[in-house]
Amino acid sequence: MSNDIYMEFILENYRNPKNYGVMDNPTVKKSGANPLCGDDITIYLKIENGKIQDIRFTGKGCAISQASASILTEMVKGKDLEYVKSLGENDLLSALGIELSPARLKCALLSYKVLKDALSGF
Amino acid sequence: MDVNKIREDFPILKRKINGKRAVYLDSTATSQKPRAVIDAIVNYYENFNANVHRGIYRLSEEATDLYEKSRENIGRFIGARSDSIVFVRNTTEALNLISYSYGRFLNEGDEILTTIMEHHSNIVPWQFLGRKGVKLVFTDINEDGTLNIDDFINKIGKRTKIVTVTHVSNVLGTINDVRELSKIAHDHGAIFIVDGAQSVPHMPVDVEKIGADFLAFSGHKMLGPMGIGVLYGKRDLLESMDPFMGGGEMISEVHTYGSTWADVPLKFEAGTPNVEGAVGLSAAVDYLRSIGMEEVRNHEKGLVSYSLERLGEINEINIYGPRDPEKRGGVISFNFRNIRSERISEHLRKEGIMIHPHDVATILDMDSVMVRSGHHCAQPLMERLNIPASSRASFYIYNDRDDVDSLFDALKKVRGVLKI
Repeated sequence: MSNDIYMEFILENYRNPKNYGVMDNPTVKKSGANPLCGDDITIYLKIENGKIQDIRFTGKGCAISQASASILTEMVKGKDLEYVKSLGENDLLSALGIELSPARLKCALLSYKVLKDALSGF
Repeated sequence: MDVNKIREDFPILKRKINGKRAVYLDSTATSQKPRAVIDAIVNYYENFNANVHRGIYRLSEEATDLYEKSRENIGRFIGARSDSIVFVRNTTEALNLISYSYGRFLNEGDEILTTIMEHHSNIVPWQFLGRKGVKLVFTDINEDGTLNIDDFINKIGKRTKIVTVTHVSNVLGTINDVRELSKIAHDHGAIFIVDGAQSVPHMPVDVEKIGADFLAFSGHKMLGPMGIGVLYGKRDLLESMDPFMGGGEMISEVHTYGSTWADVPLKFEAGTPNVEGAVGLSAAVDYLRSIGMEEVRNHEKGLVSYSLERLGEINEINIYGPRDPEKRGGVISFNFRNIRSERISEHLRKEGIMIHPHDVATILDMDSVMVRSGHHCAQPLMERLNIPASSRASFYIYNDRDDVDSLFDALKKVRGVLKI
């Protein structure tokens, strides 16, 4: 885990987020916010044959919340629902690879919470 | 005013953080404490601690005397008699007390007029009265962050029973003309409440001059300890009101099925009070008085003026609130907005991104520059400004131009750290 929360991997996902943008006709769309910071994320999913065929997100927020959303979408895109549902918070945090204070942990986990919420009916 | 000498009085400012001088720019959230306040609290516990208004023995009488002399001293600081000073935990508790105890006099259809720049503590307690059909009405602001007086006059009316306004906005820094607002409120038969959390610590405030029926403020924002605050109230109003909480200290007589209340102000001080807090706040008041509140205000005006100038040098920074230091307390909220760097992807660039205040605060902290970031307990105002959050630097007597320069230097690094 790196002490530098603004290491290149995070910044790259912040400046050039993967899977960013609106999706037409998603199977499910969910939004969530962290009112304390004003971060918000919307996740769009296309689910077919028990797989996440496509995923997109839009949102505004700090570098950590936006980078985390980008990294999460890459982790689950094309994967089986069963696998995605088995992912825990720590799987995302270790993918981020940075040490986070309790306040910033909420930023990092916002996208994870929205994704879990989106998948709750599946 | 000799800031270097003042800084010597604040033990915490000697602390180095990451080997650097601590640049504390969050006094709007809470102020640091001078040695005199810390000593007064220690002295109280080492020499005078006993429960007050109870014991017949000497120590208890001395503790009671200290507690009541503190009340007198703090009252004098705002031009009030001690019997109109109620000790509470903080501004929030003071406003809740009024909402609970005075709110009883309001009925369905009555209105409370406030402003869109209030702290949550001057919004949420009034929302409680919505249950009985009391309507909360918000006065808008002008583009420059000052209160829209025309809107205020349009919205006040026969139904308005309470007008409650912050003296100084904790986000915009706007100083409201409370004297004028008080006149308008009284002309309409409403009572006038002032949230003084950001004014009493920073400028001369006299309850008579500003025409306040109630004034609420917190000790910890004015060099005093946490957990002590003040509700000033006109005596006839306080007398007409029922107690806020029941228990010891606030009674005259208790029988099995009924009780009578102690006189104001003890009627509103149920349970063992925060004597340490009162003594500490009294010492804080002495300290501020020794500098002079006009001096404090002028010092902060100078720092605000200098900060507006320096922050104005950074193009992508948006500053909220009035540009005229005469109309503004020692608070500056800002955001990095509309960044259109080549290094961010095209779809983000189109809108121009705002660097989130949490990132700004984290990066400033690397240089031991401490600012607040977030919604500052003023979400309706954030919504009105159409921003999710902001960064905020605020000043007090121990800050100087070097602190502003450190803020400026650290802000210049933000885009570099994020590589945008």
